[in-house]
Amino acid sequence: MSSTVAGAPPARRRGTLKVRNAIIGYSFIAPNFIGFALLTLVPVILLFYYGFTDWNVFTGATFTGLDNFQRLLRDASFWKALTNTLYYSALHIPLTLVTALSLALLLNTGLRGRSFFRTVAFFPYITSIVAIAVVWNMLFSETGPINRFLAIFGLTDLPGWTASAQLAMPAVILVGVWREMGYYMLLILAGLQTIPSQLYEAAAIDGANAWKRFWNVTIPGLRPTLFFVTVMLTIGSLKVFDLILVMTDGGPGQATLVLSQFIYQKGFIENQFGYASSSAIVLFLICIAITVFQFIWNQRKDS
Amino acid sequence: MTATTLQPPQVEDEIPAFRPRKRTALGTISRIVLYVVLIVASAGILLPFYWMIVSSLKTNNEVFTVPIQWLPSVPQWQHYVDIFARTEMITWLQNTAFLAVVITGLQLFTGSFAAYGFSKGRFPGRNILFLAYIGTIAVPWQSYMIPQFVIMTDLGLANTLWAMVALQAFTPFGVFLMKQFFDTIPEELSEAGRLDGLSEYGIYARIMMPLSIPAIASLTLLSFTFVWNDFLGPLIYLRNPDIWTVQLGLRTFIGQYNADYSMIMTGAVLSVLPVAIIFLLGQRFFVEGIASTGVKG
Repeated sequence: MSSTVAGAPPARRRGTLKVRNAIIGYSFIAPNFIGFALLTLVPVILLFYYGFTDWNVFTGATFTGLDNFQRLLRDASFWKALTNTLYYSALHIPLTLVTALSLALLLNTGLRGRSFFRTVAFFPYITSIVAIAVVWNMLFSETGPINRFLAIFGLTDLPGWTASAQLAMPAVILVGVWREMGYYMLLILAGLQTIPSQLYEAAAIDGANAWKRFWNVTIPGLRPTLFFVTVMLTIGSLKVFDLILVMTDGGPGQATLVLSQFIYQKGFIENQFGYASSSAIVLFLICIAITVFQFIWNQRKDS
Repeated sequence: MTATTLQPPQVEDEIPAFRPRKRTALGTISRIVLYVVLIVASAGILLPFYWMIVSSLKTNNEVFTVPIQWLPSVPQWQHYVDIFARTEMITWLQNTAFLAVVITGLQLFTGSFAAYGFSKGRFPGRNILFLAYIGTIAVPWQSYMIPQFVIMTDLGLANTLWAMVALQAFTPFGVFLMKQFFDTIPEELSEAGRLDGLSEYGIYARIMMPLSIPAIASLTLLSFTFVWNDFLGPLIYLRNPDIWTVQLGLRTFIGQYNADYSMIMTGAVLSVLPVAIIFLLGQRFFVEGIASTGVKG
């Protein structure tokens, strides 16, 4: 902005110009930043205060040190929520990544009608989660089409998936993959388009077969994209909430209770803001730690 | 039906063979196999939507008949009239439309304004501020929703539609999307404007914005979609039934009529329909908007 103004201004004028430019710059950012700071940055900071208090609706916030965290360690529901979150992530992340990558590679072959297939794959992502949850719940019900289909292969007497402690989580994971794979497919497709086609031609001339080209050209070329996708997917899986809330509400029992829902229940249903905040700190730290770990790992791979 | 989505490894095995980009490199047989795979996958992906639409047109008893009935015997179109009589759908639609318009407008303004500052401005602290925006990508909303709720309550916004406006109008998403686009506009254009005596605000309004129509379209459509589909925000902030959105209303409706399957499916279709239409009409902007930022709203 300041770089070129007709003629070279004298030193003092350049100084005031700098101040003027800074004010103009801040004025552009201010409308968004004020809202962003007040409703995102400040809450994040406040979280680390509330988490160390016993605040609830009836009493004010008193500082209680690590009491909340000691209580979390003894809280069986919290551990259940934590392990369920990891269970969901451990399956949801690789399955989504593999399906999204497969779809992107299939659609990157330059075949006719690929924009149609791209639209189809992406469509679930833009639809309302309440609507798709109720549809999938019917599809997964005891006498629903999925169990009928599986019965053809001899898998009879299956319960309704979302009513079964064993099958509820797999059902939620499948719907999660179905819903999100198209979104990550788009990101990977964009990444694939940045790989120069000369690299493939050179590899082909060197006698690399399709498998070798995939591992030695496609995957290295996609590294930045796959890294970004993995980070987004990991955070998305660790914070999973609305899909589970509308499909199973954490049930049956606590079979699909996840960390975000634990925070929600403690905070908004039981009004224990302090205790809920301490579990929210755990979620926050897990997400940050994994993101930082992934960044470091990526940097080491780079060098 | 979900066979195709259930068994990704099979699809994966076939990829390397199809890796060459040029169509000529694909043999006829492999191309046929590829199409079969894609068509089966598409059918699997779309089946829930087919089920949803067909069930909404069936009578309630037909929904779960054995064997599965793929078409309703007599389409029950009156479900789409009845639902307006049996629910507060009109109110929900009005509330959602209000939010979609106000939030999208604010996002466009504050997002593009800030993006101009971050993209073209030169001032101390710019990079640190932008880093704060980027940093929030790694921070789940679920982790700070409680302190945020407290602030909203203190501001007197909880349990009003303005809470949703405040919640979604200032997300970093709009800033990222617009900044990505502004970064591609050559500096020479702004210089020319400056020489012609335009202020920075003039350059923003008369050079950058008119050149950014595709990005504006992307942001408008994505923002509308996020607002329309949002469930958690309304769940926490909108307690009074008269300020419910479509998603929140649908959720309650499902709870009340939990055995009335065809009616529930009618509600589901109505809640998906507007976004589906917008998506099909403007999908280029969806795809470009997502590919350029990669960040959800």
